[in-house]
Amino acid sequence: MNKAGKTREDTVALLKQYSAFILLAVMLLLNLIITPNFFKVGTLWNIITQTCTIILTGMGMTVVISTGGIDISVGSVMALAAVISAKSLETVGIVPAIFLGLLAAVIPGLIAGFMIGKMRLQAMVVTLGLMMGVRGAARLVNDAKIFYIDGPHASDYTVLGSARIAGVAPVQMIPILLGIFITWFILEKTILGRHIQAVGDNRKSAMLAGISATKTLMFVYIYSSVFAGLAGIVSAAKIGAADGNTLGNLAELDAIAAVAVGGTSMSGGRAKVFGTVVGALIMQLINITVNMNNIPYEFAQIFKAIIIVFAVYIQRDKAA
Amino acid sequence: MARDILLEMKGIVKNFPGVRALKGVDFSVARGEVHALMGENGAGKSTLIKALTGIYTKDEGTIRFDGREINPRSTLEAQKEGISTIYQELNLSPFQTVYENMFLGREPRNSFGMVDRKTMIQESLRILGELGIHVDVTKPLLSYGTAVQQMVAIARAVSVDAKLVIMDEPTSSLDTKEVEVLFGVIRKLKAKGIAVIFISHRLDEIFEICEHVTILKDGALAGEMRVADIDQLQLISYMIGGEAKQLERTKGDYELQSAPEVARMTDIQQGMRLNGIGIDIKKGEVLGLAGLLGSGRSELAKVLFGAMQPDEGEVFWMDKQVHFKSPKDSIDLGIGFCTEDRKVEGIIPHLSVKENMTIALLPQISKMGVVSSKQQNKIVEEYIDRLKIKTPSPNQAIRNLSGGNQQKVLLARWLCMNPKLVIMDEPTRGIDVGAKAEIEALIQELAGQGISVLMISSELAELERNCDRVVVMREGRNLGELCGLEINQDAIMSIIASAGGELEKGGRLQ
Ligand SMILES: Nc1ncnc2c1ncn2[C@@H]1O[C@H](COP(=O)(O)OP(=O)(O)OP(=O)(O)O)[C@@H](O)[C@H]1O
Ligand SMILES: [Mg+2]
Repeated sequence: MNKAGKTREDTVALLKQYSAFILLAVMLLLNLIITPNFFKVGTLWNIITQTCTIILTGMGMTVVISTGGIDISVGSVMALAAVISAKSLETVGIVPAIFLGLLAAVIPGLIAGFMIGKMRLQAMVVTLGLMMGVRGAARLVNDAKIFYIDGPHASDYTVLGSARIAGVAPVQMIPILLGIFITWFILEKTILGRHIQAVGDNRKSAMLAGISATKTLMFVYIYSSVFAGLAGIVSAAKIGAADGNTLGNLAELDAIAAVAVGGTSMSGGRAKVFGTVVGALIMQLINITVNMNNIPYEFAQIFKAIIIVFAVYIQRDKAA
Repeated sequence: MARDILLEMKGIVKNFPGVRALKGVDFSVARGEVHALMGENGAGKSTLIKALTGIYTKDEGTIRFDGREINPRSTLEAQKEGISTIYQELNLSPFQTVYENMFLGREPRNSFGMVDRKTMIQESLRILGELGIHVDVTKPLLSYGTAVQQMVAIARAVSVDAKLVIMDEPTSSLDTKEVEVLFGVIRKLKAKGIAVIFISHRLDEIFEICEHVTILKDGALAGEMRVADIDQLQLISYMIGGEAKQLERTKGDYELQSAPEVARMTDIQQGMRLNGIGIDIKKGEVLGLAGLLGSGRSELAKVLFGAMQPDEGEVFWMDKQVHFKSPKDSIDLGIGFCTEDRKVEGIIPHLSVKENMTIALLPQISKMGVVSSKQQNKIVEEYIDRLKIKTPSPNQAIRNLSGGNQQKVLLARWLCMNPKLVIMDEPTRGIDVGAKAEIEALIQELAGQGISVLMISSELAELERNCDRVVVMREGRNLGELCGLEINQDAIMSIIASAGGELEKGGRLQ
């Protein structure tokens, strides 16, 4: 085709494609100027430790949203997995405890997948129900109290939140990198990934091309729940306590915001894995900026709101 | 005789990322003139229309309409100027009723300022009735097929007060009878002094209804002339910029009497549409399904493909009875289905050309669920080249392709599968003459390799050129069959017409 010279449209398209990255760069630059002590390794490790939850839940959420769905139960699922793994730790040991925690996370995913994929109920309603139900279950398991991780096996668990790789990098690097890689691999390299995005983009066309929407949707909700479960366990390990009441509260909103800022369309279709990662970093960076400059936290919320609207605005695509 | 110019577009430029869609096009239309806009797939016809009606903002150029410069920023603004448009990809609301769609954005109000539904219903019935369309206007639009939807779009466009009516491929989903109705409408518009811009890839339509033609090629003006001054071959060579071939029947008489049977359907009943039809398809046969709209052709195809379950009747594949629960079952056995409505049942809009083309093929080019991108790229490049698909890259989102190029990608989706049977519902819909020849050649080549093709087409000439055998359907029944050299347009028409009176008494509306 006509390749001679770039037109204005080419530049606009390029800017749009990398808008989330540009935004992140701008924010880093801004911090470099205004925030004292910003460019220290410690800050970087801090960001990584703190974005772990958003990135993990965001990976699941990216996959779910690209099927045109949504999963607002992730915060509650985090709590359930954390509480179950923490409570069973002393009786069964660390590996089975984590396994039980993740298994508990699979159940709400399975329910959501069945109801949304097979019975074709609305994702928002189904996961809203799960959000309440699973939170209730988490509190029941814990008698609505905070459970401090304690006893002879406790350090096996808390090490998952506080260890340092090679003595410096926070252990959270591992689940973050694995989560990003697996999600990217599934979405970009496998048949399943094509199916996920196709079902979200045009379900009818996808089915006529031989894709089973039911199976695909079952998978994505389980995937999201497992990642939420993992996020819950990592958070509890970091704090050294599992609180069924508050752990993961509003985590679903952060995850959705990261996906939106990252450029995945809420109506389904193209999934932007790295976009979500950048979105999560932006969200966390706002917190840190506000924090390190002694600005009241309320400003962070307002600032996040502005960023979300702005990002969605520049990435909107006009109907063809 | 000087033309009384109504619309004058000058130096229109429109760029998309990686694509220069219009490179400074001049285009003018006179009052009361039916003006054809021609060009290959991706030449820029739809883009020119969208730049005129405000869907796209043009990068450069001026538009003068009815004596003054205009710059509409939306279809509604264009409509206020007196430009009414039927877009290539229908933009009605499928979940709303037929009458709501007819009055979308210009609902009549009663004396209380409320939407006046009664008037809307009555008016819709009247306007559609004039076009010979008798449907329940209170039903959602999606309960009717593409053709009825298209007629609703046409009715809507011509019922607003306009000085210029634009029709971007209005006939691509209509059959001969409805095309005649539409031409009647166009003549009435013309008699009232209303100009019409008419886009179509069917050359005989251009010669029947248009008086002036503007030809685009690769986003630039390739010619402008009176239709009376040229013939079909000349027009084609303007479009493709070279010598033109006439499309012709390449087949002789029927020779497949003893070929093995691939698929057979018997006594199929399905809802209101299929009433006991049966067909059989031989290996390497191109079987055509002819019939008017609503005759149940697409439904029959869907039953065979497993996208619809029959109420009664049996389906056999290679002499074994089969029950396809979903398209996946039939795809696994080697059946492909290129659907009629590419926007709703074909494209996956935000995914790339590459992904759209290979979506059904993936299991064949994967190991343990991981796609081999080497094989994928090879196949995609082969078909882009072969079908001359115009796209800046295989990674372009398919929604950014022109209509005809999207259609080519969807055809390639099934052709690349090495299928045993391909069902094609209106395969050349919206495809330009050059590509049509290529696709017809490909169909014959497939048949030569022993692949069977079930071809549904409203264009009888296309059936005549390509089929070994044609089954004529009406109201979900088999009306008759034509083999080999018996197949011609008149014979098909007369079969359809002959049974007309008798079946009409059944009183079933399509
Ligand atoms: N929204 C878009 N983004 C990017 N490219 C586009 C977009 N719309 C159209 N194009 C490109 O512009 C060119 C002209 O497209 P257009 O739809 O105007 O063709 P057309 O003449 O109407 O073809 P057809 O006969 O297939 O309908 C094509 O190369 C197409 O790929
Ligand atoms: Mg077009």
